[in-house]
Amino acid sequence: MNPIQIDSPRPMGGRKISLASRVWNTPSLLVGGLMFAVLIGLAVFIPFISPYQPSEQNLSAFLQPPSSEHWLGTDQLGRDLFTRLIYAARTDLKIMVLAEIIPFCTGVFLGMLAGYYGKWLNTMISLLTDTLIAFPFYLIVIIVAFASGAGERGIYITFMLVGWIVFARVVKGLSASFREQEWVASAQTLGLPGVRIILRHLLPNVLPQAIVVLMTDMIGLLVAIVTLGYLGIGITPPTPDWGTMIADGRSFITTAWWLSAVPGLAVVYTGIALSLVGDGLADLWRKK
Amino acid sequence: MASNTVLQVEALSLATKSKKLVDNVSFSLGKGESLGLVGESGSGKSLTLRAVLGLLPRGIEQTGGVIKSDVRSAMVFQDPRGALDPLCPVVAQVAEVIYYRQKVGRKASRIQALELLEMLGLPDSLKRLDRYPSQLSGGQCQRIVIAMALACKPGILLCDEPTTALDVTVQRQIIETITSLQRELGFAMVFVTHNLAIAAALCSKLCVMKEGQIVEHDDTLSLLQNPTNPYTRMLLDSVLPLPELEGSEQ
Repeated sequence: MNPIQIDSPRPMGGRKISLASRVWNTPSLLVGGLMFAVLIGLAVFIPFISPYQPSEQNLSAFLQPPSSEHWLGTDQLGRDLFTRLIYAARTDLKIMVLAEIIPFCTGVFLGMLAGYYGKWLNTMISLLTDTLIAFPFYLIVIIVAFASGAGERGIYITFMLVGWIVFARVVKGLSASFREQEWVASAQTLGLPGVRIILRHLLPNVLPQAIVVLMTDMIGLLVAIVTLGYLGIGITPPTPDWGTMIADGRSFITTAWWLSAVPGLAVVYTGIALSLVGDGLADLWRKK
Repeated sequence: MASNTVLQVEALSLATKSKKLVDNVSFSLGKGESLGLVGESGSGKSLTLRAVLGLLPRGIEQTGGVIKSDVRSAMVFQDPRGALDPLCPVVAQVAEVIYYRQKVGRKASRIQALELLEMLGLPDSLKRLDRYPSQLSGGQCQRIVIAMALACKPGILLCDEPTTALDVTVQRQIIETITSLQRELGFAMVFVTHNLAIAAALCSKLCVMKEGQIVEHDDTLSLLQNPTNPYTRMLLDSVLPLPELEGSEQ
Protein backbone atom coordinates (compact mmCIF):
# COMPACT_ATOMS: atom_id res chain seq x y z
CA MET A 1 0.00 0.00 0.00
CA ASN A 2 1.11 3.49 -0.68
CA PRO A 3 1.69 5.64 2.33
CA ILE A 4 -0.75 8.49 2.82
CA GLN A 5 0.33 11.35 0.66
CA ILE A 6 0.27 14.76 2.21
CA ASP A 7 -0.59 16.50 -0.98
CA SER A 8 -1.42 14.74 -4.16
CA PRO A 9 0.92 14.80 -7.14
CA ARG A 10 -0.23 16.75 -10.15
CA PRO A 11 -2.30 14.56 -12.43
CA MET A 12 -0.48 15.71 -15.57
CA GLY A 13 3.21 15.07 -15.05
CA GLY A 14 5.75 16.03 -17.70
CA ARG A 15 6.98 12.61 -18.71
CA LYS A 16 3.83 10.67 -18.10
CA ILE A 17 2.77 11.17 -21.70
CA SER A 18 5.04 8.70 -23.43
CA LEU A 19 7.75 9.93 -25.74
CA ALA A 20 6.36 7.88 -28.61
CA SER A 21 2.95 9.48 -28.48
CA ARG A 22 4.48 12.92 -28.27
CA VAL A 23 6.59 12.22 -31.34
CA TRP A 24 3.49 10.86 -33.08
CA ASN A 25 1.74 14.15 -32.40
CA THR A 26 4.53 16.21 -33.94
CA PRO A 27 3.94 15.84 -37.68
CA SER A 28 6.88 18.00 -38.76
CA LEU A 29 9.30 15.77 -36.85
CA LEU A 30 7.74 12.65 -38.34
CA VAL A 31 7.80 13.91 -41.91
CA GLY A 32 11.27 15.45 -41.61
CA GLY A 33 12.63 12.36 -39.89
CA LEU A 34 11.14 10.12 -42.56
CA MET A 35 12.56 12.24 -45.39
CA PHE A 36 15.99 12.20 -43.80
CA ALA A 37 15.77 8.48 -43.04
CA VAL A 38 14.96 7.75 -46.70
CA LEU A 39 18.02 9.69 -47.78
CA ILE A 40 20.28 7.97 -45.26
CA GLY A 41 18.78 4.60 -46.16
CA LEU A 42 19.51 5.16 -49.84
CA ALA A 43 23.05 6.35 -49.07
CA VAL A 44 23.77 3.30 -46.94
CA PHE A 45 22.26 0.71 -49.26
CA ILE A 46 23.15 2.22 -52.62
CA PRO A 47 25.75 -0.49 -53.45
CA PHE A 48 22.92 -3.04 -53.26
CA ILE A 49 20.35 -0.86 -55.03
CA SER A 50 22.36 0.23 -58.01
CA PRO A 51 24.29 -2.04 -60.37
CA TYR A 52 26.58 0.88 -61.34
CA GLN A 53 29.66 2.40 -59.76
CA PRO A 54 29.62 6.18 -59.22
CA SER A 55 32.61 6.72 -61.50
CA GLU A 56 31.81 3.99 -63.98
CA GLN A 57 31.86 5.56 -67.45
CA ASN A 58 29.95 4.39 -70.46
CA LEU A 59 30.80 6.63 -73.35
CA SER A 60 28.36 4.90 -75.68
CA ALA A 61 25.43 5.95 -73.51
CA PHE A 62 26.09 9.55 -72.51
CA LEU A 63 23.53 12.28 -71.79
CA GLN A 64 20.64 9.86 -71.81
CA PRO A 65 17.28 10.97 -70.47
CA PRO A 66 15.73 9.07 -67.54
CA SER A 67 14.79 5.50 -68.40
CA SER A 68 14.13 2.22 -66.61
CA GLU A 69 17.81 1.37 -66.98
CA HIS A 70 19.11 4.73 -65.76
CA TRP A 71 16.45 6.14 -63.41
CA LEU A 72 17.69 9.70 -63.71
CA GLY A 73 19.54 9.36 -66.99
CA THR A 74 23.29 9.61 -67.52
CA ASP A 75 25.76 12.48 -67.62
CA GLN A 76 28.20 13.55 -70.33
CA LEU A 77 30.54 10.63 -69.51
CA GLY A 78 27.69 8.13 -69.42
CA ARG A 79 27.77 7.78 -65.63
CA ASP A 80 24.47 6.84 -63.99
CA LEU A 81 23.06 10.03 -62.48
CA PHE A 82 21.01 8.36 -59.75
CA THR A 83 24.00 6.36 -58.54
CA ARG A 84 26.21 9.44 -58.54
CA LEU A 85 23.54 11.44 -56.76
CA ILE A 86 23.29 9.02 -53.87
CA TYR A 87 27.04 8.48 -53.62
CA ALA A 88 27.34 12.28 -53.53
CA ALA A 89 24.86 12.28 -50.66
CA ARG A 90 27.25 9.94 -48.86
CA THR A 91 30.13 12.36 -49.31
CA ASP A 92 28.23 15.54 -48.55
CA LEU A 93 26.21 14.28 -45.59
CA LYS A 94 29.27 12.66 -44.06
CA ILE A 95 31.23 15.90 -44.28
CA MET A 96 28.22 17.86 -43.04
CA VAL A 97 27.94 15.77 -39.88
CA LEU A 98 31.65 15.45 -39.20
CA ALA A 99 32.33 19.15 -39.75
CA GLU A 100 29.64 20.10 -37.21
CA ILE A 101 30.88 17.99 -34.31
CA ILE A 102 33.78 20.10 -33.10
CA PRO A 103 32.14 23.51 -33.71
CA PHE A 104 29.00 22.34 -31.91
CA CYS A 105 30.90 21.16 -28.84
CA THR A 106 33.18 24.20 -28.64
CA GLY A 107 30.31 26.60 -29.30
CA VAL A 108 28.04 25.12 -26.65
CA PHE A 109 30.85 24.92 -24.13
CA LEU A 110 32.17 28.44 -24.69
CA GLY A 111 28.62 29.79 -24.73
CA MET A 112 27.86 28.20 -21.38
CA LEU A 113 31.07 29.53 -19.86
CA ALA A 114 30.44 33.04 -21.17
CA GLY A 115 26.79 33.06 -20.14
CA TYR A 116 27.38 31.54 -16.75
CA TYR A 117 30.46 33.37 -15.59
CA GLY A 118 29.78 36.59 -17.48
CA LYS A 119 32.27 39.41 -16.87
CA TRP A 120 35.56 39.34 -18.77
CA LEU A 121 34.96 35.91 -20.28
CA ASN A 122 31.69 37.11 -21.73
CA THR A 123 33.31 40.29 -23.04
CA MET A 124 36.10 38.30 -24.66
CA ILE A 125 33.87 35.75 -26.33
CA SER A 126 31.42 38.42 -27.46
CA LEU A 127 34.27 40.39 -28.96
CA LEU A 128 35.49 37.33 -30.83
CA THR A 129 32.07 36.33 -32.15
CA ASP A 130 31.20 39.90 -33.15
CA THR A 131 34.48 40.28 -35.02
CA LEU A 132 34.07 37.02 -36.88
CA ILE A 133 30.43 37.71 -37.66
CA ALA A 134 31.38 41.07 -39.18
CA PHE A 135 33.09 39.22 -42.03
CA PRO A 136 30.88 37.78 -44.75
CA PHE A 137 30.75 34.06 -44.07
CA TYR A 138 31.66 32.95 -47.58
CA LEU A 139 34.63 35.28 -47.67
CA ILE A 140 36.17 33.45 -44.72
CA VAL A 141 35.21 30.09 -46.16
CA ILE A 142 36.78 30.83 -49.52
CA ILE A 143 39.96 32.30 -48.01
CA VAL A 144 40.50 29.36 -45.69
CA ALA A 145 39.57 26.85 -48.36
CA PHE A 146 42.15 28.40 -50.68
CA ALA A 147 44.76 28.57 -47.94
CA SER A 148 44.36 24.98 -46.86
CA GLY A 149 43.87 23.61 -50.34
CA ALA A 150 40.73 22.22 -51.91
CA GLY A 151 39.10 19.12 -50.51
CA GLU A 152 37.54 17.91 -47.31
CA ARG A 153 40.31 19.17 -45.07
CA GLY A 154 39.66 22.79 -46.00
CA ILE A 155 36.00 22.46 -45.09
CA TYR A 156 36.77 20.93 -41.71
CA ILE A 157 39.32 23.63 -40.89
CA THR A 158 37.02 26.45 -41.99
CA PHE A 159 34.18 25.20 -39.88
CA MET A 160 36.35 24.64 -36.87
CA LEU A 161 37.29 28.31 -37.14
CA VAL A 162 33.90 29.90 -37.73
CA GLY A 163 31.21 27.27 -37.13
CA TRP A 164 31.15 27.54 -33.35
CA ILE A 165 30.01 31.17 -33.35
CA VAL A 166 26.34 30.44 -33.96
CA PHE A 167 26.18 27.99 -31.07
CA ALA A 168 28.21 30.18 -28.76
CA ARG A 169 25.88 33.11 -29.32
CA VAL A 170 22.67 31.19 -28.79
CA VAL A 171 23.93 29.21 -25.81
CA LYS A 172 25.46 32.30 -24.24
CA GLY A 173 22.12 34.08 -24.27
CA LEU A 174 20.30 31.05 -22.93
CA SER A 175 22.84 30.43 -20.18
CA ALA A 176 22.72 34.05 -19.10
CA SER A 177 18.96 33.85 -18.78
CA PHE A 178 19.11 30.56 -16.87
CA ARG A 179 21.69 32.11 -14.62
CA GLU A 180 19.10 34.64 -13.49
CA GLN A 181 16.73 31.85 -12.52
CA GLU A 182 16.42 30.87 -8.95
CA TRP A 183 17.51 27.27 -9.29
CA VAL A 184 20.96 28.29 -10.43
CA ALA A 185 21.29 30.76 -7.57
CA SER A 186 20.01 28.09 -5.25
CA ALA A 187 22.54 25.54 -6.48
CA GLN A 188 25.31 28.09 -5.95
CA THR A 189 24.32 28.95 -2.40
CA LEU A 190 23.95 25.27 -1.56
CA GLY A 191 27.61 24.91 -2.39
CA LEU A 192 27.69 23.05 -5.69
CA PRO A 193 30.87 23.73 -7.69
CA GLY A 194 30.50 25.83 -10.83
CA VAL A 195 31.69 23.04 -13.12
CA ARG A 196 29.04 20.74 -11.71
CA ILE A 197 26.28 23.32 -12.17
CA ILE A 198 27.37 23.91 -15.76
CA LEU A 199 27.68 20.27 -16.78
CA ARG A 200 24.88 18.67 -14.80
CA HIS A 201 22.29 21.42 -14.74
CA LEU A 202 22.98 24.08 -17.34
CA LEU A 203 23.94 21.72 -20.17
CA PRO A 204 20.71 19.65 -20.20
CA ASN A 205 18.73 22.87 -20.15
CA VAL A 206 20.52 24.54 -23.07
CA LEU A 207 21.01 21.39 -25.17
CA PRO A 208 17.52 21.16 -26.74
CA GLN A 209 17.74 24.69 -28.10
CA ALA A 210 21.32 24.11 -29.25
CA ILE A 211 20.25 20.99 -31.16
CA VAL A 212 17.48 22.89 -32.90
CA VAL A 213 20.07 25.46 -33.95
CA LEU A 214 22.35 22.61 -35.04
CA MET A 215 19.71 21.39 -37.49
CA THR A 216 19.41 24.79 -39.18
CA ASP A 217 23.15 25.29 -39.11
CA MET A 218 23.72 21.95 -40.84
CA ILE A 219 21.61 23.17 -43.75
CA GLY A 220 23.84 26.22 -44.06
CA LEU A 221 26.89 23.99 -43.88
CA LEU A 222 25.54 21.66 -46.55
CA VAL A 223 24.90 24.61 -48.85
CA ALA A 224 28.45 25.83 -48.16
CA ILE A 225 29.92 22.42 -49.02
CA VAL A 226 27.93 22.31 -52.24
CA THR A 227 28.85 25.89 -53.09
CA LEU A 228 32.53 25.19 -52.59
CA GLY A 229 32.21 22.11 -54.76
CA TYR A 230 30.48 24.17 -57.42
CA LEU A 231 33.27 26.77 -57.29
CA GLY A 232 35.84 24.03 -57.58
CA ILE A 233 37.46 24.60 -54.19
CA GLY A 234 35.53 21.97 -52.28
CA ILE A 235 35.35 18.28 -52.93
CA THR A 236 37.60 17.38 -55.83
CA PRO A 237 36.49 15.10 -58.67
CA PRO A 238 36.10 12.22 -59.18
CA THR A 239 34.60 11.99 -55.65
CA PRO A 240 30.91 12.47 -56.31
CA ASP A 241 29.52 15.66 -54.77
CA TRP A 242 26.36 17.62 -55.46
CA GLY A 243 28.28 20.86 -56.01
CA THR A 244 30.57 19.49 -58.72
CA MET A 245 27.61 17.70 -60.27
CA ILE A 246 25.71 20.98 -60.59
CA ALA A 247 28.81 22.62 -62.07
CA ASP A 248 29.37 19.75 -64.52
CA GLY A 249 25.81 19.95 -65.78
CA ARG A 250 26.05 23.65 -66.56
CA SER A 251 27.18 23.18 -70.18
CA PHE A 252 24.19 20.96 -70.92
CA ILE A 253 21.59 23.08 -69.16
CA THR A 254 19.52 23.56 -72.33
CA THR A 255 19.66 19.94 -73.52
CA ALA A 256 19.92 17.90 -70.32
CA TRP A 257 18.67 20.25 -67.60
CA TRP A 258 18.19 17.47 -65.09
CA LEU A 259 21.94 17.03 -64.74
CA SER A 260 22.09 20.25 -62.70
CA ALA A 261 18.53 20.33 -61.45
CA VAL A 262 18.54 16.94 -59.75
CA PRO A 263 21.53 17.55 -57.43
CA GLY A 264 20.11 21.02 -56.74
CA LEU A 265 16.82 19.47 -55.74
CA ALA A 266 18.69 16.97 -53.57
CA VAL A 267 20.13 19.90 -51.59
CA VAL A 268 16.65 21.41 -51.25
CA TYR A 269 15.23 18.05 -50.18
CA THR A 270 17.88 17.60 -47.48
CA GLY A 271 17.37 21.18 -46.34
CA ILE A 272 13.63 20.70 -45.98
CA ALA A 273 14.11 17.42 -44.14
CA LEU A 274 16.56 18.97 -41.67
CA SER A 275 14.50 22.07 -41.02
CA LEU A 276 11.39 19.97 -40.43
CA VAL A 277 13.36 17.87 -37.96
CA GLY A 278 14.62 21.01 -36.21
CA ASP A 279 11.16 22.52 -36.15
CA GLY A 280 9.65 19.28 -34.89
CA LEU A 281 12.24 18.92 -32.13
CA ALA A 282 11.55 22.50 -31.02
CA ASP A 283 7.83 21.69 -30.94
CA LEU A 284 8.43 18.48 -29.06
CA TRP A 285 10.47 20.15 -26.35
CA ARG A 286 8.04 23.06 -26.08
CA LYS A 287 5.12 20.72 -25.55
CA LYS A 288 6.70 19.30 -22.43
CA MET B 1 29.21 38.99 18.91
CA ALA B 2 27.66 37.27 21.88
CA SER B 3 28.55 33.62 22.25
CA ASN B 4 25.23 32.25 21.15
CA THR B 5 24.59 34.76 18.38
CA VAL B 6 24.67 33.11 14.96
CA LEU B 7 23.85 36.11 12.84
CA GLN B 8 24.33 39.76 13.37
CA VAL B 9 23.29 42.39 10.88
CA GLU B 10 24.46 45.91 11.67
CA ALA B 11 23.29 49.04 9.89
CA LEU B 12 22.87 47.22 6.59
CA SER B 13 22.17 49.45 3.60
CA LEU B 14 21.47 48.24 0.09
CA ALA B 15 21.02 50.40 -2.95
CA THR B 16 21.01 50.53 -6.71
CA LYS B 17 22.93 53.35 -8.36
CA SER B 18 19.99 55.71 -8.06
CA LYS B 19 17.83 54.46 -5.23
CA LYS B 20 18.19 53.37 -1.63
CA LEU B 21 16.36 50.11 -1.11
CA VAL B 22 17.31 49.05 2.39
CA ASP B 23 18.46 51.60 4.91
CA ASN B 24 20.18 51.06 8.21
CA VAL B 25 18.72 47.66 9.04
CA SER B 26 20.06 45.94 12.15
CA PHE B 27 19.03 42.76 13.90
CA SER B 28 20.59 39.77 15.50
CA LEU B 29 19.67 36.17 15.77
CA GLY B 30 20.56 33.76 18.55
CA LYS B 31 21.13 30.03 18.25
CA GLY B 32 17.86 28.24 17.59
CA GLU B 33 15.91 31.48 17.54
CA SER B 34 13.49 32.52 14.90
CA LEU B 35 12.96 36.02 13.69
CA GLY B 36 10.17 37.21 11.45
CA LEU B 37 10.70 39.97 8.93
CA VAL B 38 7.28 41.34 8.13
CA GLY B 39 6.25 44.04 5.73
CA GLU B 40 4.51 44.85 2.49
CA SER B 41 5.95 44.00 -0.92
CA GLY B 42 8.85 46.23 -1.77
CA SER B 43 9.73 46.94 1.82
CA GLY B 44 13.15 45.38 1.37
CA LYS B 45 12.63 42.29 3.49
CA SER B 46 13.54 39.80 0.77
CA LEU B 47 16.55 41.87 -0.24
CA THR B 48 17.79 41.89 3.33
CA LEU B 49 17.52 38.12 3.37
CA ARG B 50 19.35 37.79 0.08
CA ALA B 51 22.09 40.05 1.35
CA VAL B 52 22.61 37.68 4.27
CA LEU B 53 23.09 34.84 1.81
CA GLY B 54 25.27 36.95 -0.51
CA LEU B 55 22.76 36.57 -3.29
CA LEU B 56 21.99 40.13 -4.30
CA PRO B 57 20.48 40.56 -7.76
CA ARG B 58 22.67 42.24 -10.38
CA GLY B 59 22.79 46.00 -9.98
CA ILE B 60 22.07 46.07 -6.28
CA GLU B 61 24.98 46.65 -3.96
CA GLN B 62 25.66 46.72 -0.29
CA THR B 63 26.48 50.35 0.47
CA GLY B 64 27.00 50.08 4.17
CA GLY B 65 26.82 47.94 7.26
CA VAL B 66 28.18 44.57 8.28
CA ILE B 67 26.74 41.09 8.20
CA LYS B 68 28.43 38.76 10.65
CA SER B 69 27.73 35.09 10.73
CA ASP B 70 29.84 32.10 11.58
CA VAL B 71 27.47 29.35 10.58
CA ARG B 72 26.19 28.09 7.26
CA SER B 73 22.97 29.49 5.99
CA ALA B 74 20.62 28.03 3.42
CA MET B 75 17.58 29.46 1.79
CA VAL B 76 14.05 28.27 1.11
CA PHE B 77 12.68 30.17 -1.84
CA GLN B 78 9.31 31.66 -2.56
CA ASP B 79 8.67 29.80 -5.78
CA PRO B 80 9.57 26.16 -5.11
CA ARG B 81 9.36 25.04 -8.72
CA GLY B 82 11.62 27.85 -9.84
CA ALA B 83 14.19 26.82 -7.25
CA LEU B 84 14.62 23.34 -8.74
CA ASP B 85 16.36 22.35 -11.95
CA PRO B 86 13.43 21.32 -14.17
CA LEU B 87 15.44 18.65 -15.98
CA CYS B 88 17.00 16.86 -13.04
CA PRO B 89 15.24 14.23 -10.91
CA VAL B 90 14.44 15.69 -7.51
CA VAL B 91 16.11 12.98 -5.45
CA ALA B 92 19.30 13.48 -7.42
CA GLN B 93 19.16 17.19 -6.66
CA VAL B 94 18.97 16.59 -2.93
CA ALA B 95 21.61 13.85 -3.06
CA GLU B 96 23.95 16.13 -4.95
CA VAL B 97 23.92 18.73 -2.20
CA ILE B 98 24.68 16.04 0.38
CA TYR B 99 27.46 14.68 -1.82
CA TYR B 100 29.21 18.03 -2.10
CA ARG B 101 28.48 19.37 1.35
CA GLN B 102 28.99 16.34 3.53
CA LYS B 103 31.71 14.59 1.55
CA VAL B 104 30.08 11.21 1.50
CA GLY B 105 29.97 8.76 -1.40
CA ARG B 106 27.39 8.85 -4.19
CA LYS B 107 25.44 5.89 -2.84
CA ALA B 108 25.49 7.09 0.74
CA SER B 109 24.37 10.54 -0.32
CA ARG B 110 21.39 9.08 -2.13
CA ILE B 111 20.41 7.04 0.91
CA GLN B 112 20.72 10.12 3.10
CA ALA B 113 18.66 12.12 0.64
CA LEU B 114 15.89 9.54 0.77
CA GLU B 115 15.96 9.59 4.56
CA LEU B 116 15.68 13.35 4.50
CA LEU B 117 12.74 13.19 2.12
CA GLU B 118 11.05 10.63 4.33
CA MET B 119 11.52 12.93 7.29
CA LEU B 120 9.85 15.67 5.29
CA GLY B 121 6.86 13.50 4.61
CA LEU B 122 7.37 12.94 0.91
CA PRO B 123 5.80 9.85 -0.65
CA ASP B 124 7.75 6.62 -0.94
CA SER B 125 7.23 6.48 -4.68
CA LEU B 126 10.16 8.89 -5.03
CA LYS B 127 12.49 6.07 -4.07
CA ARG B 128 11.51 3.94 -6.97
CA LEU B 129 10.84 6.41 -9.76
CA ASP B 130 12.85 9.30 -11.03
CA ARG B 131 10.50 12.20 -10.49
CA TYR B 132 11.03 15.63 -12.02
CA PRO B 133 9.86 18.90 -10.45
CA SER B 134 7.06 19.23 -13.00
CA GLN B 135 5.60 15.96 -11.77
CA LEU B 136 5.30 17.08 -8.17
CA SER B 137 2.84 19.45 -6.59
CA GLY B 138 3.91 22.85 -5.34
CA GLY B 139 3.89 21.65 -1.75
CA GLN B 140 6.01 18.62 -2.61
CA CYS B 141 8.46 20.80 -4.49
CA GLN B 142 8.75 23.07 -1.50
CA ARG B 143 9.54 20.07 0.68
CA ILE B 144 12.28 19.13 -1.77
CA VAL B 145 13.65 22.67 -1.58
CA ILE B 146 13.60 22.49 2.22
CA ALA B 147 15.34 19.12 2.03
CA MET B 148 18.07 20.63 -0.14
CA ALA B 149 18.50 23.49 2.32
CA LEU B 150 18.69 21.07 5.25
CA ALA B 151 21.09 18.83 3.34
CA CYS B 152 23.86 21.33 3.95
CA LYS B 153 23.22 21.22 7.69
CA PRO B 154 22.60 24.94 8.05
CA GLY B 155 22.91 26.88 11.28
CA ILE B 156 20.44 29.37 9.90
CA LEU B 157 17.52 28.65 7.64
CA LEU B 158 16.47 31.66 5.61
CA CYS B 159 12.88 31.43 4.45
CA ASP B 160 11.79 33.84 1.75
CA GLU B 161 7.98 33.69 1.82
CA PRO B 162 8.09 29.91 1.44
CA THR B 163 4.33 29.54 1.54
CA THR B 164 3.16 32.43 -0.62
CA ALA B 165 3.06 30.44 -3.83
CA LEU B 166 1.23 27.50 -2.27
CA ASP B 167 -2.40 26.58 -1.61
CA VAL B 168 -3.68 27.68 1.77
CA THR B 169 -4.09 24.12 3.01
CA VAL B 170 -0.57 23.24 1.98
CA GLN B 171 0.77 26.43 3.58
CA ARG B 172 -0.11 25.14 7.00
CA GLN B 173 1.52 21.75 6.38
CA ILE B 174 4.73 23.40 5.25
CA ILE B 175 4.78 25.70 8.27
CA GLU B 176 4.21 22.76 10.58
CA THR B 177 6.98 20.85 8.86
CA ILE B 178 9.38 23.75 9.31
CA THR B 179 8.54 24.22 13.00
CA SER B 180 8.90 20.56 13.82
CA LEU B 181 12.20 20.37 11.95
CA GLN B 182 13.44 23.39 13.82
CA ARG B 183 12.54 21.78 17.10
CA GLU B 184 14.35 18.62 16.06
CA LEU B 185 17.45 20.08 14.42
CA GLY B 186 17.77 23.34 16.34
CA PHE B 187 18.66 25.69 13.52
CA ALA B 188 18.00 29.41 13.77
CA MET B 189 15.60 30.89 11.28
CA VAL B 190 14.83 34.16 9.58
CA PHE B 191 11.34 34.05 8.16
CA VAL B 192 10.30 36.66 5.64
CA THR B 193 6.60 37.06 5.01
CA HIS B 194 3.93 39.64 4.45
CA ASN B 195 1.54 37.54 6.48
CA LEU B 196 1.67 38.72 10.05
CA ALA B 197 -0.35 35.77 11.28
CA ILE B 198 2.18 33.25 9.97
CA ALA B 199 5.11 35.24 11.31
CA ALA B 200 3.50 35.54 14.73
CA ALA B 201 2.84 31.82 14.86
CA LEU B 202 6.40 30.90 13.93
CA CYS B 203 8.71 33.49 15.38
CA SER B 204 9.61 34.67 18.81
CA LYS B 205 10.79 38.04 17.57
CA LEU B 206 9.42 40.23 14.83
CA CYS B 207 10.85 43.05 12.75
CA VAL B 208 8.34 45.15 10.90
CA MET B 209 9.80 46.69 7.76
CA LYS B 210 8.50 49.54 5.69
CA GLU B 211 10.21 51.29 2.79
CA GLY B 212 13.57 49.72 3.52
CA GLN B 213 13.68 50.45 7.20
CA ILE B 214 12.81 48.56 10.33
CA VAL B 215 10.00 50.52 11.90
CA GLU B 216 9.45 48.25 14.85
CA HIS B 217 11.43 45.43 16.38
CA ASP B 218 10.27 43.54 19.45
CA ASP B 219 9.26 40.22 20.93
CA THR B 220 6.27 38.84 19.11
CA LEU B 221 3.93 38.98 22.06
CA SER B 222 4.65 42.53 23.14
CA LEU B 223 4.61 43.69 19.54
CA LEU B 224 1.22 42.16 18.97
CA GLN B 225 -0.18 43.43 22.21
CA ASN B 226 1.18 46.90 22.05
CA PRO B 227 2.24 48.04 18.64
CA THR B 228 3.88 51.45 18.92
CA ASN B 229 4.21 52.18 15.23
CA PRO B 230 1.09 53.11 13.27
CA TYR B 231 2.19 50.89 10.39
CA THR B 232 2.40 47.86 12.66
CA ARG B 233 -1.07 48.63 13.91
CA MET B 234 -2.27 48.77 10.33
CA LEU B 235 -0.72 45.37 9.61
CA LEU B 236 -2.36 43.93 12.70
CA ASP B 237 -5.71 45.30 11.69
CA SER B 238 -5.36 43.80 8.26
CA VAL B 239 -5.44 40.25 9.63
CA LEU B 240 -8.98 39.06 9.12
CA PRO B 241 -10.29 37.05 12.04
CA LEU B 242 -12.40 33.97 11.49
CA PRO B 243 -15.17 34.37 14.08
CA GLU B 244 -15.99 30.68 14.63
CA LEU B 245 -12.37 29.62 14.84
CA GLU B 246 -11.47 32.37 17.21
CA GLY B 247 -14.09 31.10 19.64
CA SER B 248 -12.89 27.52 19.44
CA GLU B 249 -9.23 28.38 19.90
CA GLN B 250 -9.67 30.09 23.22
